[in-house]
Amino acid sequence: MASYSTNEFKGGLKIMMDGDPCSIIENEFVKPGKGQAFNRVKIRNLKTGRVLEKTFKSGESVEGADVHETDLQYLYNDGEFWHFMDPQSFEQVSADQAAVGESAKWLKEQDSCLVTLWNGSPIIVEPPKFVVLNITDTDPGLKGDTSGSGGKPATLETGAVVRVPLFVQIGEAIKVDTRTGEYVSRAKED
Amino acid sequence: MTQSDTWRPSASLGMIRARAEMLSRIREFFRQAGVLEVESPVCSRYGVTDPAIDSFAARYTGPGAAQGLDLFLQTSPEFPMKRLLAAGSGPIYQLCKVFRNGELGRRHNPEFSLLEWYRPGYDHHWLMEEVADLINRLVETPLPVEKLTYGEAFEQTLGLNPHLAGIDPLRRCAIEQGISGAGELIIDHRDGWLDLLLSHLIEPGLGENGMTFLYDYPASQAALARVRGGTPAVAERFELYLSGMEIANGFHELTDGREQRRRFVEDNRRRRESGRPVIPMDESLLAALAAGMPACAGVALGIDRLLMFLTGCNDIRQVLAFDISRA
Repeated sequence: MASYSTNEFKGGLKIMMDGDPCSIIENEFVKPGKGQAFNRVKIRNLKTGRVLEKTFKSGESVEGADVHETDLQYLYNDGEFWHFMDPQSFEQVSADQAAVGESAKWLKEQDSCLVTLWNGSPIIVEPPKFVVLNITDTDPGLKGDTSGSGGKPATLETGAVVRVPLFVQIGEAIKVDTRTGEYVSRAKED
Repeated sequence: MTQSDTWRPSASLGMIRARAEMLSRIREFFRQAGVLEVESPVCSRYGVTDPAIDSFAARYTGPGAAQGLDLFLQTSPEFPMKRLLAAGSGPIYQLCKVFRNGELGRRHNPEFSLLEWYRPGYDHHWLMEEVADLINRLVETPLPVEKLTYGEAFEQTLGLNPHLAGIDPLRRCAIEQGISGAGELIIDHRDGWLDLLLSHLIEPGLGENGMTFLYDYPASQAALARVRGGTPAVAERFELYLSGMEIANGFHELTDGREQRRRFVEDNRRRRESGRPVIPMDESLLAALAAGMPACAGVALGIDRLLMFLTGCNDIRQVLAFDISRA
């Protein structure tokens, strides 16, 4: 992997830090008029998601990280790993619990996810912004209530629990915003 | 920024007017003070030897230089202005563009504007007062003035003596104070560690509620200032900070030509050590000092940063008609 000098630092650049792949969020050039120049960077550790600061002497070089994002199709979960496939090459990769994390509850087979690969292995799995999932369990609510006020919890086919309006019933498919975990609408019948 | 709008200024038209207003008030201040406005060459066959400042190079070819003549763009107008002083100009000021290679960030643009002025007969304390007067002429309500020695600033914030502490305690302090990555930094000069501590831990708190002048710098950071003997010896140098931002750097100027030559040679020795280009020292300045420059104090003030402060901007691009990305 190439190395980058501080002059190449910018938001989004992927570098290695303490053995982990990181992404630069912010790069600030700091220099007393007649003194040593430094680069103060804010970086996100892509494995842990933690944001940290780090100061480099300007002109230093750091090792780049072989990180890229790609759209992969979710295939199945074997109990330990989540398996994905590149729809063009049909190559498969498996992601562990650490990579999938909270996204697990939104993963539906055949859906396309944005997967961050480091040295070819998934480290971050992002579900689609909106997913359509079937309700497997919810209280039979009041028929005819269309106000949506209050609502009730509903368990979805992936195990996720979201609040839905009272009129939504078991067996129906609903659209959910995975960024907020909120119900959007009933899925259109087609 | 798409390709089609890179022709547009990075500053607003209101900001461009604010700059013009500021410049005219600065000129009025010096007119009333009886300080003469001067101009000097931007290009010089001599450069600045300071190991922490890099020059741009240019080349003239034509009458008088058929084979070409290498020139440096000035990083400050200091050397020619000192030659004017030695020639008997009396108090002078200049508003000009200066160029520093390798410097770009929220507070840096490789080409920027300096206000530089010299006061024969002044020392650095007297000049600090005049700097404060000028700033207070440009703000709506006068700012309180705080003066702090470099040593006091380090003692108060970090509990260490910057004139005596060696590299190890400075490095330890940087780590203990939580400068992330400090443990892995390779800085082989004490001053580099002092710069790290100053820029990360002290500077952000300077000039919070007014003007803060830092003065009496370590002798090793004298640059072109006089060194006053004593324990410890200190450089009669000052800097002005506004809202945590370095605005001006001034000296009770070194007038001893032999000492000046020794410092240029030492600068170039450090440049050679770190694999950087050696810069031809300004023999014209050295000759002027040998001929006799009046005792004086001088200061360089960053006009763009001052405008940032006056208008409450936090990015230098907002005060430049065209920053380097649009130049």
